[in-house]
Amino acid sequence: MRELLQIIFDALSLGSLYALGALGIALIFGVMRLVNFAHGDFIAFCVFAMLWPSIDAAAIVFAGQLPFYLLIPLLLLIGAALSILSEVVVFRRFRNANPATMMIASFALGFVIRHVLLMLFSSRPKSITLWPSLGLPVEVFGAHIPMLQVVTIIITLAVLVILVLFLKRTRYGLEMRAAADNFTMARMLGVRANGVILLAFAISGMLAAAIGLILATNSGTADIGMGANVMLIAFIATVIGGLGSIPGAVAAGFLIGAASVVFQATLPHDARVFRDAFVYGAVIVVLLVRPQGLFAPKSAKQRV
Amino acid sequence: MSQRPSVIRQTIITPIVLIVALLIMAALSYQFGSRAFNRTVVEMFINIMVVVGLYVFVGNSGLLSFGHISFMCLGAYMTAWLTIPPVMKSITLKGLPAWLLHAQLPMWVATPISGLFAALFALIVGRVIMRLSGIAASIATFGLLGVINNVYSNWDSVTGGQGSIVGIPPTMNVWTAWIGGAVAIAIAYLYSISRSGLALRATRDEAVAASASGIDIVRERLIAFVVSAFIIGLAGALYAHFLSIVNPGAFYLRTTFITLSMLVVGGMYSLSGAVSGVVAISVLIELFRDLEKGISLGGHTVGLPNGVQEIAIGIITIVILMYLPTGLTRNREFSWRRWPLQRRLTRPVQTALKELH
Repeated sequence: MRELLQIIFDALSLGSLYALGALGIALIFGVMRLVNFAHGDFIAFCVFAMLWPSIDAAAIVFAGQLPFYLLIPLLLLIGAALSILSEVVVFRRFRNANPATMMIASFALGFVIRHVLLMLFSSRPKSITLWPSLGLPVEVFGAHIPMLQVVTIIITLAVLVILVLFLKRTRYGLEMRAAADNFTMARMLGVRANGVILLAFAISGMLAAAIGLILATNSGTADIGMGANVMLIAFIATVIGGLGSIPGAVAAGFLIGAASVVFQATLPHDARVFRDAFVYGAVIVVLLVRPQGLFAPKSAKQRV
Repeated sequence: MSQRPSVIRQTIITPIVLIVALLIMAALSYQFGSRAFNRTVVEMFINIMVVVGLYVFVGNSGLLSFGHISFMCLGAYMTAWLTIPPVMKSITLKGLPAWLLHAQLPMWVATPISGLFAALFALIVGRVIMRLSGIAASIATFGLLGVINNVYSNWDSVTGGQGSIVGIPPTMNVWTAWIGGAVAIAIAYLYSISRSGLALRATRDEAVAASASGIDIVRERLIAFVVSAFIIGLAGALYAHFLSIVNPGAFYLRTTFITLSMLVVGGMYSLSGAVSGVVAISVLIELFRDLEKGISLGGHTVGLPNGVQEIAIGIITIVILMYLPTGLTRNREFSWRRWPLQRRLTRPVQTALKELH
């Protein structure tokens, strides 16, 4: 029972991370059909924004020293600003390009961000301690769960609730859903394209910052490649969930997180190193069974 | 009434121009280049093989593939297994089956076997993956990359795990690399004018109409997938001979995206685009590498700070795509008539990729 609870919490917290990532990718994909490969580098950028640029081994914590009620809004702002900047400077010019071109452009942008970080901070991972008290375990029904896992899950659920309220109850949310469903039609009915796209980028950037904060607190290090893995899984999750479906992306994020944890726990010891192979294999199997994704929106159906 | 010239007569000039251009590059670098420069040229030729292989599938089918670098991995490791002296293998790679453990083949035999191995693997997984369409197929190839990388990084007794396998005979020079590039271009050309290549491009441009005309999309995609896997398997084998070590990290995301960028920058729907994208990006990399080392201006060495190279290349890629979204060649092929670029497509057609929309 205790082990089961442990597994459930592991799965939920890992799934939360992937779900937040998938959300950031699905929002932008929804409004402009762009798979944003720079998302992982946005995450890393937000983490490094807490440090002062230096190539020494010891990190000089700068913004990271702020109390949390200042640090969190600041980082969200940085994430949103970077994301908006990338849309204004780069992606705006690719509105009519084909998806492959956009994808490569976003990859190139991520490449630039990564190497700017490398230049400023060098490739050595740096230790950064944020809120060490979150590492302490708490007891939930007899199982010892790290506080951070609980916080991660709560934050994710809160983000999801806020986002759902935003999308369902506000004018901007309505515009965004309309744009995700049929962009041309939405524009004809008076939705401001630039506004909606900027908003999607801003939210996506904030989600990247949130993931960065969670990752940094969890691992205690800032590493240039730290966002890449989350980005990849998130990308896969958006496809498995059904491209264009935001709830689908979240659900698939949780599903992949759960699958990783369950494989880790149940595979025989020798096969455990091949866990990722099993996860990717499962992804292929899911695609074969439901090529349009698990929760494909009706609008995604191909018309002849 | 005169007969229309055959497809070969109309288009044969493209591979010839490309192969001769590469031959001139090889000769110049052999004659005048330093050792380090020659290595750069060899690496460029190997990249040309990979990107041409990618073009065979991506260019003709219109589907993006993230998984082709795994064929490079398969080819490189197969070559390592076949060519490393048995004495060394029996220490580092104990888990190999006996016949592989005792084999030591020359490069000329091992390389085609590696290509065939990759092609065979592609035939098996392709039968499953090619049933998917659009972005689902792209993600499935991504999954393939993940599976292969994970297995090769962790199957210690057969692949040496995360570490490198050493001891592959370093037999590459610009001429062998040129032969590799020429073979890749020739295969890609022959495929693209074959019945299957024409049929596949028809499905790319108008999937529904092609299917209504009796084209079996899954079958044609599978053929292209296998052919491209063969070419990339060869490239992987030559890459192993070039570095004389292999490790799984070399065949993962970075290589995947760099080669895809080269293809898209050049023009993803043309063979000339595939080759010129690699040449353009390689020249840029070399240029900035030199600038980082510094150029002497009146006794002073002025150099760019380290790391500018990658940043500049990223920015230049974005700018090229911004102004030439269909790549440097605009998806046209090199040809004599209306030199240098003959219009092949009236406008870039992207139907299969529209499945993303």
